[in-house]
Amino acid sequence: MNRVNAVVVGAGAAGGIVAKELSVAGLSVVLLERGKWYTAADCRKDDLRNQRNTQLGNAFGPEDEGTPRVWVDAKGVAHTVPASDGAYSNNAACVGGGTLSWGAQAWRFMPQDFKMRTTYGAPVGSSLEDWPITYDDLEPFYDKAEYEIGVSGDYSGTPFHAPRKRPLPMPPLAPNREFGILEPAAKRLGLHPLHIPMARNSIPYNGRGPCMRCRWCVGFACEVDAKNGSQNTVIPVALNTGNCELRTECQVKEILTDEHGRARGVSYFDERGRLLEQLADLVVVSGCATESARLLLNSRSNLYPNGIGNRYDQVGRNLQGHYYSGAMGFFEDEAYDDLGPGASIAVMDYNHGTPGLCGGGMLANEFIRLPIQMVDRMPPGTPRWGLVHKQAMRKYYKRNIAVMGPTQQIPSADARVTLDPNVRDKYGIPVVRISGNVHPQTYEIGAIQAKRAEAWLKEAGAIATQLTGGLPEVVSAGQHQAGTCRMGNDPRSSVVDKSCRVHDVDNVFVIDSSVHVNNGGFNPGLTIMAIAFYASEALVRGWKGGGYR
Amino acid sequence: MDLGDKSEGITRRQFVAVGSLGGAALAAGCGPKSGAGWEFFTEAQGRTLKAICDQIIPKDDFPSASEAGVHSYIDKQLVRHYRPHQDAYRDGLEQAEAQSRKRFGKEMADLEGADQLAVVTDLERDHHGFFEMVRNHTLEGYYGSPRHGGNRDETSWKMLGLGDPPLLGRAQYDLSLNDPGEPRR
Repeated sequence: MNRVNAVVVGAGAAGGIVAKELSVAGLSVVLLERGKWYTAADCRKDDLRNQRNTQLGNAFGPEDEGTPRVWVDAKGVAHTVPASDGAYSNNAACVGGGTLSWGAQAWRFMPQDFKMRTTYGAPVGSSLEDWPITYDDLEPFYDKAEYEIGVSGDYSGTPFHAPRKRPLPMPPLAPNREFGILEPAAKRLGLHPLHIPMARNSIPYNGRGPCMRCRWCVGFACEVDAKNGSQNTVIPVALNTGNCELRTECQVKEILTDEHGRARGVSYFDERGRLLEQLADLVVVSGCATESARLLLNSRSNLYPNGIGNRYDQVGRNLQGHYYSGAMGFFEDEAYDDLGPGASIAVMDYNHGTPGLCGGGMLANEFIRLPIQMVDRMPPGTPRWGLVHKQAMRKYYKRNIAVMGPTQQIPSADARVTLDPNVRDKYGIPVVRISGNVHPQTYEIGAIQAKRAEAWLKEAGAIATQLTGGLPEVVSAGQHQAGTCRMGNDPRSSVVDKSCRVHDVDNVFVIDSSVHVNNGGFNPGLTIMAIAFYASEALVRGWKGGGYR
Repeated sequence: MDLGDKSEGITRRQFVAVGSLGGAALAAGCGPKSGAGWEFFTEAQGRTLKAICDQIIPKDDFPSASEAGVHSYIDKQLVRHYRPHQDAYRDGLEQAEAQSRKRFGKEMADLEGADQLAVVTDLERDHHGFFEMVRNHTLEGYYGSPRHGGNRDETSWKMLGLGDPPLLGRAQYDLSLNDPGEPRR
């Protein structure tokens, strides 16, 4: 294989952007992706096999066969689980990564989210920390992500949003019925509702048409390609430069290093199962928090006996996602109008400022519901099967609203990704083992968030409510997984520096949600993209032709 | 909805039927022979399964689970994605029959509805893991996509008042759907 300037591992939200930025700057790039390249025609509208309802498997990877993980429950018992199991903490395996099938909420974090320790102090037992960069450092790159990827919405309803230089490039979609019910109620409560920022075309943008408001949205590839991810924005740009080659169904095994400890490329299994090497001046790891940590840990050598970047046992720690809590409200009248994407209104009033507790999260109405998603969300006291359940489905399917939100998780060093000592994937590579849980204060504030959601629904006229959340046994590290290769100035407590470069090895970068120090109280997709633009710029700036200085 | 998948299912069923007529050798390695029209279950197992499913989603103004094809969803998946649950189904249905005979002296499918309900209620208490699995699979079959054999004629979607057929491209025609003005009431 020809040597290239950069090999990027993972064609998701971050990897696609890195590939584009580097190839536009003139670097030769190979972009390796373990999954396939799906298109809008692969939407398939299958209620039982998509990326959110996986009863019959993941639609956009990985397949269940040959890709196990292990998670360790609160009692210390290890369970080997397939990729469609909730405890697996799957995101996706395909070109576009999670952004092919995401709900596409495209939030900016708030300035406080980058200074959590300074703002609140670290709760005992937590690993709460400040980022080594600030919101202001990222602001130009949030803007770039919003315009290059394409975001619709309107922040003007809330005074809490972070400072920004210009409005979003597209107006919000027309409000659905839930918006009409929830907005006046929020205002009566003194809250500040806004149109959710979404990476979804509301008007023709970037050469593609607008959303057609169908039911098969979150969890699905968009049938009319109105949902924006790396697969229909930056990756085509990268390929059009002629400098970037995308290879799909390629599972990277390890990062190869030379006798001086520098990376010389990666080894990977191609789509026919052959073990190949791709040599490169730079290695960029963009596999998402669980798989990126796994790759570093699997890259062992004499110089790096515990894996690359892991001199101080930091790789894989601080695994976090979001704790989703909220409430269901049941109404006399129909609230559901079958207009996707469904999620439409949010408040940022509760992201910070709860006395005595760290952080919080935004609250929003839930995405559009498929019937199968409602079977366990009937009013309190409804039997779980039988005639009464069937009739409750009929009565309440359209007469409910769910309000919930991503409560910022307070990180713990014990919530982590390691390698399982026994279980291997179909290539013989040790698999991800997930153990531990986030700091318990997460669940305290999550419970308060649920009561806040309930109060909003009651104000909106709910006749019955049901709190959601509970006490999860496992870190909720699915699509929002983050934190495992923390960004920081001190190599003893972090994995990458503020340019996303691994402390140990000067030509290996981790650019994805792994570097998040905290994950904010928002869906993290746009932040992942902003960091990818930010880190790519530093990378290109430092590129001196034929090497990185 | 998806003619491709439906015809694939029919073809496969026909293939199985032909296979069992044409040569026992084909079926020999596959354990007990499935009943006519079934891919996994025997006739007797199929009757029991239908009875259980129809207590989980009984008939009222709208079809019952088996009228919507839920049993065929489960049957199909047991030789596809739910292959790992084959033993659990064989054992669980046997337990259900044993309970039916013990309490009422008859095969479950021959009981009155109220007696079937009593057996299913016993199952939920005594064989909870199996019951939960059947309950979940029944709801999947009834409320999931028709392409997998359940939700025949989109029966549950009609029951829930969802548009049929699902509208495509409506935002292209109704421009108000993309105009951020007043919320729809």
